[in-house]
Amino acid sequence: MHPTLELKALDEATEKIDAIARNFNLDFYDMYFEICPADIIYSFGAYGMPTRFSHWTFGKAYHKMKTQYDYNLSRIYEMVINSDPCYAFLLEGNSLVQNKMVIAHVLAHNDFFKNNHYFKRTTKKMVESMSTAANRIREYEFKYGRDRVESFLDSAIAVQEHVDPQHHISAVAKKTEGHEEHGCSVGKCSHGQCSNKHSQGASPSPYDDLWDLDQKECAGKCGGGEQREKKFPRQPEKDLLLFMMEHARDLEEWQRDILSIIREEMLYFWPQMQTKVMNEGWATYWHMRIIRELDLTGDEAVEFAKMHAGVIHPSRYTLNPYLLGLKIFEDIEKRWDNPSDEERAKFDRKGNEGKSKIFEVRESENDISFIRNYLTRELIDDLDLYLYKKVGHEWKVVDKDWEKVRDGLVRNLYNCGYPHIVVENGDFGKRGEIYLKHIHEGMDLDVFYLEKTLPHVFKIWGRPVHMETAVDGKEVLFSYNGEKVSKKFI
Amino acid sequence: MSGKYTISREDWSLHRKGEIDRERHREKVKEAIKKNLADVVSEESIILSDGRKVVKVPIRSLDEYHFRFDTGKRKHAGQGDGNSKEGDLLGSDQKKADGPGKSPGAGDEPGVDYYEAEITIDELAQLIFEDLGLPNLQQKKKPELASEAFEFKDVRKMGISSNIDRKRTIMEAMKRNALKGGIKGTYNITRDDLRFKTWDVTFKYESSAVVLAMMDTSGSMGPWEKYIARSFFFWMVRFLRTKYQNVQIVFLAHHVEARETTEEEFFTKGASGGTRCSSVYKLALEIIEERYSPQDYNIYAFHFSDGDNLSSDNERCVRYVNELLKICNLVGYGEIEGPYYHASTLRNAFKKLSDNNFTSIGIKDKSDVYPALKKFFHNRNESKA
Repeated sequence: MHPTLELKALDEATEKIDAIARNFNLDFYDMYFEICPADIIYSFGAYGMPTRFSHWTFGKAYHKMKTQYDYNLSRIYEMVINSDPCYAFLLEGNSLVQNKMVIAHVLAHNDFFKNNHYFKRTTKKMVESMSTAANRIREYEFKYGRDRVESFLDSAIAVQEHVDPQHHISAVAKKTEGHEEHGCSVGKCSHGQCSNKHSQGASPSPYDDLWDLDQKECAGKCGGGEQREKKFPRQPEKDLLLFMMEHARDLEEWQRDILSIIREEMLYFWPQMQTKVMNEGWATYWHMRIIRELDLTGDEAVEFAKMHAGVIHPSRYTLNPYLLGLKIFEDIEKRWDNPSDEERAKFDRKGNEGKSKIFEVRESENDISFIRNYLTRELIDDLDLYLYKKVGHEWKVVDKDWEKVRDGLVRNLYNCGYPHIVVENGDFGKRGEIYLKHIHEGMDLDVFYLEKTLPHVFKIWGRPVHMETAVDGKEVLFSYNGEKVSKKFI
Repeated sequence: MSGKYTISREDWSLHRKGEIDRERHREKVKEAIKKNLADVVSEESIILSDGRKVVKVPIRSLDEYHFRFDTGKRKHAGQGDGNSKEGDLLGSDQKKADGPGKSPGAGDEPGVDYYEAEITIDELAQLIFEDLGLPNLQQKKKPELASEAFEFKDVRKMGISSNIDRKRTIMEAMKRNALKGGIKGTYNITRDDLRFKTWDVTFKYESSAVVLAMMDTSGSMGPWEKYIARSFFFWMVRFLRTKYQNVQIVFLAHHVEARETTEEEFFTKGASGGTRCSSVYKLALEIIEERYSPQDYNIYAFHFSDGDNLSSDNERCVRYVNELLKICNLVGYGEIEGPYYHASTLRNAFKKLSDNNFTSIGIKDKSDVYPALKKFFHNRNESKA
């Protein structure tokens, strides 16, 4: 089709889809669609954002995606960006039906970005922010040399996942904590006094016993030690990037800036990683329903069915988020539309609340709570989900029990699948060394990778680095002193 | 009601970021391979590649290291076709033996995730040969045979349209437009702007080289020793092919007696018994005499042994090698050192040789092959070349 005719057809389709979506009560930002050639879409895919800074790791990802496309192994039909207005890039050469499905899909993503709670704090101007950050990095390259900047980026990227998306909450907590710590250091803190302080002003809440747990710990430490060590940081700090950015002594300004860029970008992407299953499930749920409202010819319907089937194709080795999310949303809708007698009696479900329930879920949950709360035994059996593991040289199915499968899924999603690591001590041995601790939740770290990552932390921190973790049930401390990695059992 | 949306199509042809970073990644791959040549050179998948053009080289230094879980120890989630049960087998790591990445469902299978760069053997050879040079290049008598060759080195205004020189044509159009004070960026290309590449016929003289690959096949030379020799000859022949149009190899195996063998026999068959190295040198001299006149051929002789020669034979070896040195461009001796120490008689005997074109190399390990190549082909007379 001639490009201008194609645009016109697309324009008409979009108008219809937009109207149908609004009729379904989807609520989205203005849309900006752009048709791009494949290599452009793939470069956006690799960078996560068209305007992002330049680095060889993106080149590597781009190369991989492009090669798969060139060999016809995989195809990205679109790429959508959480911003206002919402940008979406359509693959040049998509057929009209493909584009219809993509547009419907994208509108639902857009609705999710706008309404899901976890996206509330993401900036809607990230396209511009990333672009200015990329410019700054390019300037640094001119000023300080490409190799220096690149190798510092290598190190920052190596620890980029270690941010704290809830930092705004702990930041508030820290302020209040400041007073309390002050009280402690004078040595007057006692259990009574502390809990007194918490209940002051606020009426007793059901969580008081939880607050008290903190206090006990505090009381134990304060009461027991006369020469109580000043802790730094006061509480274990999950935001490794922020901590190093603020406290590493020998960093230059441009290096702190790079850390802050990497951190901001990670915080921006975090909600997307945190809601992958929901977001894709939501978009898939809606593209199906919107397409059903369109008048497709027989051929178009077949083409759509093929493409849709490809999207929700299950995999033996990973969970397809499109399929899992879709099934859970459909199941919720069904159970709230037609609750069982038990559900009616126990949970006071009235029926015919399916639609409003799924809108509530899309607003308030993330993948972890979504799966924990709504992945039922019936669904797990129906979808034939399992956990598998390496046994000897073979990968084998090891768990079919529904609760174990659900909990295993949740565990893998925790912290977006990254190990939970905190800064225990920023002045270890009073030598300014950094002591990290892996909060072990039953999964060991990849020791080879650990040993290769410590030098990157060292590069940023500028002094020896320690990391406490457990390997095969034994507690181990890995250290890197600038020359070599050593390990010892604790 | 209708919402606000825009659809557009822009010109993306100047968006090169992906390509630029891809290029940077490629550079890093090359750097990594270069740093790692000692291991890559004797990588089995390359030496035994059976003429495959592209090989995979594992590059661990380009992994993106970060703190992560041990994939081998954790549980992953997957989805069956409806009747999976505990104990079902999904895949196996052992399949990797017949080539990485070939296991079914590779890609989304966990575990195998170190980075493998794909590189053509030619590119790899270029990296390896960068530091190698051909010492002692002698002008051989020009062979009678010269072949015609075409070289594009001229540009004309007339020609076949398939040979159009786009860059020059555009440049001409730009120049003409600029002279007329034309608008930037609009070039209507006229007939006068067209430029065509044109060829000249030249003559190329065939230059030939022969490699005399000699190997001790006595009982003490096991598959590992042969593999070392094999990787050395593999690169040696490839290197010589970059310098000569025609490179031949003659395989000579020996224990107490020497004989000419096929390539396959040379690398696979073992014999037993004692070792008399002079036998193979003698055979080499005879073959050169018969078939490869030093006037027409550049001759490279290399001998691999474990050095366990009959001591009474050493004197003769030195004599023959001296004769070889008179007619060969290079003569080398590689001694593959076993796990336990034994004073090698042959290598000691060769210490007497002071000829610049003789090289003796000790190899302990796979990674010694590359230094051996470098030592053998280092540019001895760079100033002259």
